[in-house]
Amino acid sequence: MTATALPAGAFQLRKPSALPGFGLTLGFTLTYLSLIVLIPLGVLIWRASGLGFEGIWHVASSPRVLAALQTSFVISFAAAALNAGFGLIVAWVLTRYSFPGRAVLDAIVDLPFALPTAVAGIALAALYAPNGWVGAWLDPLGIKVAYTPLGIFVALVFIGLPFVVRTVQPVLADLDREIEEASATLGANRRQTILRVILPPLLPSVLTGFALAFARAVGEYGSVIFIAGNMPFRSEIAPLLIVVQLEEFNYAGATAIATIMLAISFVALLAINLLQSFSRRRFGHV
Amino acid sequence: MLLSLRSTRTRDLAGVVLAFGFVLATTLYVRAQTPAQPAPAAAAVTLINVSYDPTRELYRVINEAFAKDWQARAGQRVTIRTSHGGSGRQARSVIDGLDADVVTLALAGDIDAIARESRRLPDNWQSRLPNNASPYTSTIVFLVRKGNPKAIRDWDDLARPGVSVITPNPKTSGGARWNYLAAWAYELARTNGDQAAAKRLVEAIFRNVPVLDTGARGSTTTFVQRGLGDVLIAWENEAYLSLQEFGADKFDIVNPSVSILAEPPVSLVDQVVDRRGTRAVAQAYLEFLYTPAAQAIIARNFYRPVHPQHADQADIARFQPIKLVTIDQVFGGWAKAHADHFADGATFDQIYRPGAATR
Repeated sequence: MTATALPAGAFQLRKPSALPGFGLTLGFTLTYLSLIVLIPLGVLIWRASGLGFEGIWHVASSPRVLAALQTSFVISFAAAALNAGFGLIVAWVLTRYSFPGRAVLDAIVDLPFALPTAVAGIALAALYAPNGWVGAWLDPLGIKVAYTPLGIFVALVFIGLPFVVRTVQPVLADLDREIEEASATLGANRRQTILRVILPPLLPSVLTGFALAFARAVGEYGSVIFIAGNMPFRSEIAPLLIVVQLEEFNYAGATAIATIMLAISFVALLAINLLQSFSRRRFGHV
Repeated sequence: MLLSLRSTRTRDLAGVVLAFGFVLATTLYVRAQTPAQPAPAAAAVTLINVSYDPTRELYRVINEAFAKDWQARAGQRVTIRTSHGGSGRQARSVIDGLDADVVTLALAGDIDAIARESRRLPDNWQSRLPNNASPYTSTIVFLVRKGNPKAIRDWDDLARPGVSVITPNPKTSGGARWNYLAAWAYELARTNGDQAAAKRLVEAIFRNVPVLDTGARGSTTTFVQRGLGDVLIAWENEAYLSLQEFGADKFDIVNPSVSILAEPPVSLVDQVVDRRGTRAVAQAYLEFLYTPAAQAIIARNFYRPVHPQHADQADIARFQPIKLVTIDQVFGGWAKAHADHFADGATFDQIYRPGAATR
């Protein structure tokens, strides 16, 4: 991917740059990333490795862990997908139109970032419980949200929304209106303009937002446990199983589940990244 | 050209070293800021009491009373900070290094775990204070909706189809383990020790559980505020607190015929008090719990004091006579109860798999 500018066999430590300070900043970056990300993750894998591959496999293949992993990843994926669609619309409205209260609305988007997740969970549970404001309307229709997998979905949509909106917004702001006008002048109808002119350059940033929302949802604990009902095999998320293992003082078991989650997340994020770089190359004019 | 290149490379290297040094220095600085030496005896002293969820209200009053008492006796100002949470989680925090001077947890098994995993206190901790180191006891009762519309009288009523039961997850909540074992003990008492029958009853009860919260307070919220369930299996003190907080016109307390004697134990954490130099005051704090003054506070906060003669008799009269059995009598101690019922793959994991059948 990067080999285009390099002579064969050369290992380029520094990229020529007009600005000084590469060494200092790279040094800082490496140390910082190691302390904050790599060493903690290394310790996690190191602790799990005490079980050996077979031990981890044993944990991973237990039906309850499988069910929890499936719940976590499938619902996270669905929530991130919904956010990708609706987040795009929210970003569109906030960037393209000016109306009274837009600044307030814009600020509200960030609230799920700032709210302690447990607070979000309690608020959502209160709202969607059978006697809550929303739940009381849905309950007679036979729709149960709180204490079902649907509740998990609601919580994950809530915490994931800002990721999509905030990644799409700046790209949307940079998008030239003239291109749309040009496409209209050349005889494209609205649908064609949206599908062929507006969406393609937005796709990479939507995918980024999707990936961020997905990653956050997979690891989410606080807001989910209050609304999920936590029933094994039905509405139990993988992070809760990790906490259960920790309560048992079973550190190896907990780290094993965590490692499995990490591996799946890594593969999923890698796939999204590849898709993203593909779409960037394919529609890469922004 | 060559020279300048070399010098920039040296600069880069210096930069890397410098940055690393900066981060290291910051870390060391932060470490140095954490106080390590014990406070001088005459100055104010702080104790950390790591407790579990439903003791919030109790220790708020106890701490105040003890601070006054200690000021009078030793002339020293003492501030007690209490940390609350699920009992197992609190134990794990102490194992992982939370500097608790004293632990006051929901079950002896959790303090045993601290002794076993971290060696921060001796294994015989429970024999160091009277009454198995439990200055108060409690039990498990039912909280039902006003008028008891589902006519719940005893444990077997919880197993009836159509009765919705709220209890936290025994895997994450100390209180929920008492709930589970109380139901089990009831059926053993009724059937003269038929373990299979007890398992069937507990399984049927948990089939009626629609939500598993992770702690006792979470379950109380689910039942009291979210309006879910017909009955909450709760700590006796938590049930009375709910009546007090949310009104006796909304809920009733039902006392089952048999329940379990819950003995929430307390202990010093030796390694911490010795390092911080707080052993004397921490010891006095725990012994204070057995004094007449504290026993009266305990009864007022709906725990059963071990010396009821010191409490206000009106407080004692609230507690209904329930036949109480102990973990040691029925289950052979906490270690065995845990291994038989709550360990990975043990009885609870076998009986509680609500989604598995439909899968």
